[in-house]
Amino acid sequence: MANKLKLAVSPHIHSGRSTMGIMRDVIIALLPAAIAGSVIFGLRSLLVIGVCVASCVLLEAVFNKITKKEQTIGDLSAVVTGLLLALNLPANIPVWQCVVGSVFAIVVVKCLFGGIGYNVVNPAITARVFMLVAFGSMTIQAYPKVVDVASSATPLAVMADGGNAPELFDLFKGLHGGAIGETCAAALLVGFVYLLVRRVITWHIPVSYIGSVFVLSLLMENFDFVRALSMVLSGGLLIGAIFMATDYVTSPSTAKGKLIFGLGAGVLTFLIRYFGNYPEGVSFAILLMNILNPYIMSWTSHKVFGGGKA
Amino acid sequence: MSKNNNCMSVLTNGIIKENPVFILILGTCPTLATTNNVVGAFGMGIAALAVLFCSNILISLLRHIIPDSVRIPCYIVIIAGFVTIVQMLVQAFFPELYKMLGVYLALITVNCIILGRAEMFASKNSVIRSGLDGLGMGIGFTLALTAMATIREVFGSASFAGISIPFLENYKIEFLVKAPGGMLVYGLLIALVYALTHGKAPMKKSFSCATCPSAAYCNTAACKKEEEGDK
Repeated sequence: MANKLKLAVSPHIHSGRSTMGIMRDVIIALLPAAIAGSVIFGLRSLLVIGVCVASCVLLEAVFNKITKKEQTIGDLSAVVTGLLLALNLPANIPVWQCVVGSVFAIVVVKCLFGGIGYNVVNPAITARVFMLVAFGSMTIQAYPKVVDVASSATPLAVMADGGNAPELFDLFKGLHGGAIGETCAAALLVGFVYLLVRRVITWHIPVSYIGSVFVLSLLMENFDFVRALSMVLSGGLLIGAIFMATDYVTSPSTAKGKLIFGLGAGVLTFLIRYFGNYPEGVSFAILLMNILNPYIMSWTSHKVFGGGKA
Repeated sequence: MSKNNNCMSVLTNGIIKENPVFILILGTCPTLATTNNVVGAFGMGIAALAVLFCSNILISLLRHIIPDSVRIPCYIVIIAGFVTIVQMLVQAFFPELYKMLGVYLALITVNCIILGRAEMFASKNSVIRSGLDGLGMGIGFTLALTAMATIREVFGSASFAGISIPFLENYKIEFLVKAPGGMLVYGLLIALVYALTHGKAPMKKSFSCATCPSAAYCNTAACKKEEEGDK
């Protein structure tokens, strides 16, 4: 008799959301950036996206098979990792490097730590940093196919050398060198709005992240709004702040924690961009904040009702 | 050390079951520093093997003479003596290897494996057993270093022991030759060796049913197992 009564601890109301549903929303939100990338950089970017997604899913399936774990590819998280990784790579990257990057993202960062929910850092961002260190792949730049670009470097590299920032509207459309998915600000913002409307993410991390970079750049550039805005619109800042810093597993879940997380990532990005050796610091900043995430969580965790001192 | 451990198992213990690098996690510094090429790693392994074998025998011989309170300085003096001999021999006969290993050859003196085996084994066991232990541990160290260096050199600089592999020439992952790559390969190999030798790690109980409010009505597998265990 007792076995027929099921008792469970709270919460008792389920929103009906599943990992798969959330991941599907993230994929939909990333589609505009993927489409814009393949228009700007040509069909080779579709090949990069395809290889990354396919190898991520396949690797997770094989890993689960070998280690006799429950099959988790159905939750689409491997697809998101592959898609995000591909959007962070230049379109002319060799295919074998994509596969090695996927191995690192899925096997080393995700599966060896216990699969979805247990990874300490974001797989896609870590794989990007790995590939940057291993191959220097971010220094091979892809150039837009649809327009002639005289400049051979990314906007950030040009500005780091003291050159003039490109036209703001060109930055907004994404007609400049860079990774497949990071250049087209308009497409990324469409994805951001979609995620907000679907309540997949909250505004805290993207706004505090991008906001702090903007304010610090503004101070650094003597209140030159155009240069500060081009700092925000170029490089991987938008895709990083919207899609990668907001990863549930590796970012805080409290509002205060999210603001601290975004602020920290913003300050680090600013410091690396202006004072570091690399022109771009978004991936390093997010990776570092991922590592600090447990501490931020313990500083900002809610006091449990009736639980005494938190 | 149980008494029924025969001499053979003392020797083989160090190679896989108690591999100093992958199971005991000793000697990490030379492991990471010298494994970016196979020649250096193998040379390092053999040098450490020689020192380990000799120092284990001598320390075991002197184990009743060395006063307990100053045993570590005594061990270090003995080990340093052998290291100096090995260093001079390498310098005389393998000058290129000597240049490659640099300071790490002298640092064998404070290598945790050698000091650790002196403290854990040689000071408590007979001369023959200590010698065999030194040999086994040394072989284990050499094999581990060579295995790690093979992975790093083949995939990192597309060569094996200095001979280039043309097929991999365009697919180098230079990261593996650098320090972080060494850490990565080391971690992966520790996991692999542990999985092969110790099998599945015992499942940790993540919560206790004693404090769970629904324990009485719960029929998940974890609680059932605990109940059975209690009986």
